[in-house]
Amino acid sequence: MAQYTQLGLQDAASPLMEELLHFHDHALMIITLISAFVLYIILTMVTAKTTDKYILDSQEVEIIWTVLPAIILVLIALPSLRILYLLDEINDPHLTIKAMGHQWYWSYEYTDYEDLGFDSYMVPTQDLTPGQFRLLEADHRMVIPVESPIRVLVSAEDVLHSWAVPSLGVKMDAVPGRLNQVAFVASRPGVFFGQCSEICGANHSFMPIVVEAVPLEHFENWSSLMLEDA
Amino acid sequence: MAEDIKEKLEKYRTAPFDARFPNQNQTRNCWSNYLDYHRCQKALDAKGVDTTPCEWYRRVYKSLCPMSWVQKWDDQREDGTFPGKI
Repeated sequence: MAQYTQLGLQDAASPLMEELLHFHDHALMIITLISAFVLYIILTMVTAKTTDKYILDSQEVEIIWTVLPAIILVLIALPSLRILYLLDEINDPHLTIKAMGHQWYWSYEYTDYEDLGFDSYMVPTQDLTPGQFRLLEADHRMVIPVESPIRVLVSAEDVLHSWAVPSLGVKMDAVPGRLNQVAFVASRPGVFFGQCSEICGANHSFMPIVVEAVPLEHFENWSSLMLEDA
Repeated sequence: MAEDIKEKLEKYRTAPFDARFPNQNQTRNCWSNYLDYHRCQKALDAKGVDTTPCEWYRRVYKSLCPMSWVQKWDDQREDGTFPGKI
């Protein structure tokens, strides 16, 4: 989850998010260096005591400040396109989960074998136990096996919602009547939080998403328990 | 043929990649498999043949389609108001 005053991206929990994180660092470094350089030039020019009133043109510097930006743009575009195509790779999922958006909660359906479905409501602030996160915890988490390709089909039962988990690098709009596919792999076990990302009414800010990645055995035990309870 | 389908069903994990629906919008994938299952059932029942091949379509639509959609479509088929051609 994001912490107070956090400016950067959350730690990656999937290979795609790792790529996005590194690309973000790369692009940010480039624009920081350019901005620092431009600021330096401006300060130098503004504080200079002498001025040359007779410079009208200069082929050399014109060439440099045309070619260098072109090269920098190529250095940004190449990793960007690489990631763009990586996002579109064909997946072979091991598990399909449906995430349905409602006003104002998510419901998850695991129907590859049996029909398992359950709702996931936010834990109200007054019911939090010490150590839990305000506005982020949910009563039932979406449990997934770690290191397995997962397909999530996102839809909605009433209005537009959006299913997002930043640390997995996932955001997908939930549109009524439409089934949107997103795929990811959780590379490490853990609990990953997200929030509804499309305005959907009074409690839009109070329908969080919690994904829990566990070893396969634990996932199988959990799903058996959930089926019994249903 | 019959053994192939049985093997495929035994090894079934989830709906595999379908090249007819390669993109983000999988609505048609769910709809298509739901229709194919019921058409298959109807056709093989009419011939009096074993309907095991139809199981594949059932597994796929169960994996992909939201339970509320399936419920709604099942109710519509019972009422005779189902919009698809079976």
